[in-house]
Amino acid sequence: MSIRALRGFTDAGRRDLAFAGLTLLLFAGVTLAFPAFATPRNLAGLLDDTAILIMLALGQMLVILVRGIDLSVAANLALCGMLAALFNRAYPGAGVLPAVLLATGAGTLLGATNGLLVWKLRLPPIVVTLGTMSVFRGVIYLLSKGAWVNENEMSRAFLAFPRGEFLGLSTLSWLAIGVAAIFFVALRGTRLARDLYAAGGNPEAATYSGIDAGRMQFIAYAICGAIAGLAGCLWVSRFAVAYTDIALGFELQVIAACLIGGVAIAGGIGSATGVVLGCLFIGIIRSSLPLVGISPFWQMFINGAVILVAVLLSARRRTATRPVLESRA
Amino acid sequence: MTVARLLRWESMLALVLVFEFVLFSSLSPYFLNVDTLSDATFNFTERALIALPLALLIIAGEIDISVAAIIALASVAMGLAAAQGVGTPVLAAIGLGTGLAAGCVNGALVTLGRVPSIVATIGTMTLFRGAAYAVLGDRVMKDYPLSFATFGQGYVAGPISVELAIFVVFAIVFGLFLHRTRWGRAIFAIGANPTASRFAGVAVDRYRFALFALTGTFSGLAAVLLTSRLGSTRPSIAQGWELEIISMVILGGVSVWGGKGSIIGVVLAALVFGLVTFGLGLMNIPGIVMSIFTGALLILVVAIPAWVNRR
Repeated sequence: MSIRALRGFTDAGRRDLAFAGLTLLLFAGVTLAFPAFATPRNLAGLLDDTAILIMLALGQMLVILVRGIDLSVAANLALCGMLAALFNRAYPGAGVLPAVLLATGAGTLLGATNGLLVWKLRLPPIVVTLGTMSVFRGVIYLLSKGAWVNENEMSRAFLAFPRGEFLGLSTLSWLAIGVAAIFFVALRGTRLARDLYAAGGNPEAATYSGIDAGRMQFIAYAICGAIAGLAGCLWVSRFAVAYTDIALGFELQVIAACLIGGVAIAGGIGSATGVVLGCLFIGIIRSSLPLVGISPFWQMFINGAVILVAVLLSARRRTATRPVLESRA
Repeated sequence: MTVARLLRWESMLALVLVFEFVLFSSLSPYFLNVDTLSDATFNFTERALIALPLALLIIAGEIDISVAAIIALASVAMGLAAAQGVGTPVLAAIGLGTGLAAGCVNGALVTLGRVPSIVATIGTMTLFRGAAYAVLGDRVMKDYPLSFATFGQGYVAGPISVELAIFVVFAIVFGLFLHRTRWGRAIFAIGANPTASRFAGVAVDRYRFALFALTGTFSGLAAVLLTSRLGSTRPSIAQGWELEIISMVILGGVSVWGGKGSIIGVVLAALVFGLVTFGLGLMNIPGIVMSIFTGALLILVVAIPAWVNRR
């Protein structure tokens, strides 16, 4: 592994620690002012609300780590959610698992399509995923013929799936915790993760050491797609509706969560801890706004301000970045 | 070599355009009609106006994702001013000024803050759109004076709308600026190799800042036209336009890697976009179906040359 990647790890570690402190401070502040905020019930709700964002942001992080970007995640989510909903409507007795597997499998294929275009044709990731985003949305319309799949068309088991409770937390929350745990362990301990960091940190050096940087991009897109597919099924059953425009524009929120969580758009830097904290930070702000008496319409503005502060701080620290976007010229 | 290639790309776009004309006029008897075609231009003029400066920005190797959010911010600013009884000329100035200020924020983040433009403008996009929501919430502003409607609903002569006239004038100005002046050459140079341009004495950061300010100003101009055409402001105004406008620019043959592109290409792409939207509308095909076509086209545009180069 290169020195650069090693430094990336320690830098990211220090940043995660500082950001964890900041998130705790925010949490403590809100709790001090409004003791009702820290009730187990409220916190479980907060996690449930943030679960899908956490999963998607972790997938997106992999793509950004290898110098890509996936603008099509929300469209992928919506398409796979629609597939799951249509499947459930057609075979209500089939149970939940086939629907979940169908959505996850379809998501993997869609993600792999992005990955292939980026890997084999070396197309710019932003153009590829901008294109597939439009195509996916259009396909949802064709599949559903523009109609909604409503709550009364979904089977009871399908609707109950994300709402099941275990130790006070919803199934949805547990799934997010599971995905986060896998990422946390895998990003530290596996060879694949090291290769991903290396390919993103310095693709040329990675190539010389026998890592196919393009293949790493492909893998990252496929994993990101799989997560988007799974999230699509969860989204549809949680909100009990599927239509063409679900999660419209959510891709930019997901990318924003990554940026707040310290993932460098230049690639090679980012951690599961940071991304989860970034999502929780957004979640805490979102759920405390009504308590503080600020209109929820301020949420987006606050997110924007947080993103800008985060990227300005990390830009100051950064010494060398991706040459295409280098602005020291 | 590159010139020949650009020419080929633009002639392909022109062919697509001719094909669209033939197709739509054979499919709908209402298509080839001066008034119909004049209506059709409203589908793209506002977006195309932003595509012009954005093309320069992308040729210079940067990007601006906040353009649609700037429209929302400028529109809200005008809405608030109009509620105070401000007159039409001042309203337009407020729209343009808000756009300029927002563009300067982007420029400062990229040149002074050293933040990559895609990250900086994702941040400001959230910030600007967020400010529009924070101010308006779920309210609508529509206290615009009657004369304000001239920009978006007026006609210069016959079927030529004010919007179309403004677009044509600026398309010519931008074309001459990019392809016939020293500054235009510098923009290509910056996109092709910023470091070499710096060593060749080009004030790279000054160009970048100016291009962001210009893109912001044109987003402000688009906000004036769009608000005037709709006669109302919601915080969700022009939602999702950023990606459509970027698609327009890339479809026009501008390279996302910077250093390549032409204004004629962007103008042709804008026409192709506008006609497809309108033609499908005439045939009662929903716009979302067209997004499959534009999305695939966008990928093909970059995939074909990549495929050819690989062989």
